[in-house]
Amino acid sequence: MKRYLLYPVAAALAACAAPGPVGERPGVAPRDLEMITALLKRDFHERGQAKMDRINLDDVQRVCNLNADNPPEAVAKPLEEAQLKAIKFPNGSLMGDWKNGERIAQSGRGSMWNDKPGVQPGGSCYNCHQISPKVEAYGTLGPSLAGFGKIRGNRPEIQRYVYGKIYNAKAYNLCSQMPRFGHAGTLNEQQLKDLVALLLDPASPVNQ
Amino acid sequence: MRRIAGTALLASAFAAAPALAQQQSPYAEYQRMATESAPIELYEIAGEELWKKKQGPKNVSLEACDLGQGPGVVKGAYTHLPRYFADADRVMDLEGRLLHCMMTLQGRSREDASKRVFGNADKASEMEVLSAYVAGQSHGLPMRPGAAHSKEKASIELGRKLYFHRAGPWDFSCASCHGEEGKRIRMSGLPVLFKPEYARPLMSTWPAYRVSTSKIVTLQWRMNDCYRQMRMPEPAFGSDTTVALIHFMTATAEGVVYRGPGIKR
Repeated sequence: MKRYLLYPVAAALAACAAPGPVGERPGVAPRDLEMITALLKRDFHERGQAKMDRINLDDVQRVCNLNADNPPEAVAKPLEEAQLKAIKFPNGSLMGDWKNGERIAQSGRGSMWNDKPGVQPGGSCYNCHQISPKVEAYGTLGPSLAGFGKIRGNRPEIQRYVYGKIYNAKAYNLCSQMPRFGHAGTLNEQQLKDLVALLLDPASPVNQ
Repeated sequence: MRRIAGTALLASAFAAAPALAQQQSPYAEYQRMATESAPIELYEIAGEELWKKKQGPKNVSLEACDLGQGPGVVKGAYTHLPRYFADADRVMDLEGRLLHCMMTLQGRSREDASKRVFGNADKASEMEVLSAYVAGQSHGLPMRPGAAHSKEKASIELGRKLYFHRAGPWDFSCASCHGEEGKRIRMSGLPVLFKPEYARPLMSTWPAYRVSTSKIVTLQWRMNDCYRQMRMPEPAFGSDTTVALIHFMTATAEGVVYRGPGIKR
């Protein structure tokens, strides 16, 4: 029964955009986003902690999808500012324990349908970044963070920047590929502080 | 015999494509060596037995299943999938079509036929061994998925849009990881599957024996497990969403000679 709902969806999708050239990104219109969201709501089901509300798009996702991750400055700026305003910066030092930070950076678990709810997720940081130079199995989707604090020091403004960037990377670069770990509720305040320490503490292996 | 030829092909593919993602991964050599001892042919044999086994309320085999080239034609059928099937009025991939045949020919319910579509290291699923058997019968033939019917065109375009669609708590699309050349997650190379030079070597080896988990895996499993890691809810097996993604990536690889069932990391 539900299946019949899609064919108008697919037909409309094909009608509103000419077939794209092989090897290139498609143009995306607001109608496409509505149709894709409707399709995903029909084809997906909740499992474990992965509920169906995860399919809904927020303003940031909408704008990035519509602009192939490269929105005009006039569109991106106000959204970045709103994301920045929503970051909850704790008072006082933002430097936690780098040893915990290293564990959080290593862990790729959390928020998936097969993860136990209530178990605190990791940050999957090594999936995309070089961090401690001792760890060889690192990804390259994001920039290397080796020596991060050695180069920049750890004064309060730097701590605040690192905390904010991990909390919500989209506040600094709207269509960054990095998840919004604080904004999404993945990492808590203490975990974010521990990651700040991993990057900025002079004793952290990152800065040796 | 053909497996030995396949091994040589695989090895030469790795050697001849230095720019491709596998080459950047230290797993490439390991993968090449593992190819020589992978039990993929055993799955194909098990799949052929299952294809001929009478099952379900109607107690018939799948031998009359029409995979797109006429009832019972297995040879070369995989290379034309996904494609539009008039009898179901929708585009189906191999696994979706097998499910359809289990339901229509054998009289099994969708629940029964799809209750264990992804197996484990101890026991492969029916769907996995059947996929290995059917796909194996296309070894050496060029891949030409359906692209002429209006619903095939719509499916490919839908897949292209889905590939780049960012959603979920971590804002991921397929392209978040498979969007830029020369990148890795941890030590694993990330093929840019919307580009033919990456899609061709990858899409021509599914289903495959996955060395790291000692099990056979299919494209439907790959879509399911990527969405899991994207922190999304779970896509239904054989849904239009997963079929469209598979269709888009297969169409991007169009013309490549199928050399599977293959080996994955």
